Amino acid sequence: MIRQARAIEREERRLARWLVAPALVFILLGSFVPIAATGWEALHGHDLRLPWLGRPFVGLANFVEATGDLRFRSALLHTVTFAVITVPLELALGLALALIMHTAVHGRALIRLAALLPWAVPTVVAALVWRFMFDAQAGIISAPLLTFGAVGESFDWFVHPLAAWVPIGAADIWKTTPFVAILLLAGLQTIDPALHEAARMDGARAVRRFATITLPLLRPALIVAAAFRMLDALRLFDVAYVLTGGGPGTATEPLSLYAFIALMQHLRFGYGSALSVTVFLLTFGFALIWVRALGRPAVGDRM
Amino acid sequence: MKFFGPGAVAVAAGALLALLLFPIYWMITSSVTPESRLFQSPPLLPATLSLEHYRALFDERDFLIPIRNSLIVAAATTMVVLPVSALCAYALARLRFRGRGVLLALILAVSMFPQISIVPPLYLILRELRLLDTYPGLVLPYVTFSAPLAVWLLTAFFRQLSPELEEAAMLDGASRVRVLWDVVAPLAAPGVATAAILTFLYCWNEFLFALSFTLGPDRYTVPVAVTLFRGRYQVPWGQVLAATVVATIPVALVVLFCQRRIVAGLTAGATKG
Repeated sequence: MIRQARAIEREERRLARWLVAPALVFILLGSFVPIAATGWEALHGHDLRLPWLGRPFVGLANFVEATGDLRFRSALLHTVTFAVITVPLELALGLALALIMHTAVHGRALIRLAALLPWAVPTVVAALVWRFMFDAQAGIISAPLLTFGAVGESFDWFVHPLAAWVPIGAADIWKTTPFVAILLLAGLQTIDPALHEAARMDGARAVRRFATITLPLLRPALIVAAAFRMLDALRLFDVAYVLTGGGPGTATEPLSLYAFIALMQHLRFGYGSALSVTVFLLTFGFALIWVRALGRPAVGDRM
Repeated sequence: MKFFGPGAVAVAAGALLALLLFPIYWMITSSVTPESRLFQSPPLLPATLSLEHYRALFDERDFLIPIRNSLIVAAATTMVVLPVSALCAYALARLRFRGRGVLLALILAVSMFPQISIVPPLYLILRELRLLDTYPGLVLPYVTFSAPLAVWLLTAFFRQLSPELEEAAMLDGASRVRVLWDVVAPLAAPGVATAAILTFLYCWNEFLFALSFTLGPDRYTVPVAVTLFRGRYQVPWGQVLAATVVATIPVALVVLFCQRRIVAGLTAGATKG
């Protein structure tokens, strides 16, 4: 019997290796090898416009250059600021949406549909639609503001270095809040309604119940949703590329966009790789801190 | 559980619905508004209905090309991702083997990689292999980035399946491979369908890789084509909006018919299944 069990176990292990191999090959070849290659490329001077210079090893010169590069510094600042401002807003709005979806008696299917649409729409489409709505000439958002005199005749969202962030934030929040809501709704549904019932019997009001039952029990879902959103916001690219192209000037340029421009427009592959590595380090650093500070994410527990 | 009265909920729900749906409504309305009226102060209801922009989109711009490209890339990616991920997920959910934890960590790590951080070497490699501006050149990165999600989701799905059927079949002397084929595969269909939906949506929406690894209109996918529409001095808004509507139709259909599945898939990937 025991020998047989061992044989089965051995067979299972062999089978597992075969089942896992293809996925492992894709993951290693498609992302771990490239990320290592990016790190290696970042240590070289490599300019596709100047092929005769070759690809000399330059050590950390690209990173040193970045620390002195004002455009890099502001891109880094933009990225972090954007994430720190939009993610809490998305969490708050997502929580509100989740509570409504959870509480609504009628029209649940309609609300879910309305929530899933922005989530599923291509990011590029979301950005273009918001670009159109914020258009200075006759955008639906500018027109009423103009009528009420809140903005001047010549006001243009995309010309003002700070105002240009508003459409970016609006598009991002519109597109991603539903995702947060869906995650949080799943969390809400795991809370035993008997808890609320008991608290109500004891005379606890809605606000109190929300603060003492819902929020604490929703903590794991909130942590996961916040992590997903932060990781996404730190690599912000699509919305900024389409909505403002980083402009006016480089006032709304996030790190991913600067890296992309250094690579694909300036063709400076060494320097662009160094910038790409910093995006990677930024998200990786955030993930490490997040997991350290808040314990293993619920995602990990499940496995 | 009730936090608010039914009236307050209805009002809040109505307001949120409006906020969520208005941009889509506005996109559709504007896409059927003639260019000359697009920039007068906008009426909320369309006064005239014109399909001019759609005609221009397909006649002058040949928007069928990016649609075809996107569909080919999405279909090819899905066909590679599903079998590969399903096998891996089954092993992760059911079999005991060394390195399981490491593999899970790797998969989780890949799913949080910023795309830009692998663009430079992929560009150089694809250029070397003459795969820039080709379908395989896009399918490769798409597979890498959508496989972790599919593995994650399917692992959660396989864990929810009761192992009893499989155990019974194995007691009857069937090997794991037979069990996998005859017992598990039919049961896995709903999970695989969910993974297919999410993979398709990922490919249809992906922008950065497509922007980096395609070189011209012949291989542009829908998001790249829509974005690069901008004329040199002016944005041809009517056509752009018509194109965004066309780009939205497939995802809207998917959402309409598969909403439950999508919600289940998203939450399986993120919370305790």
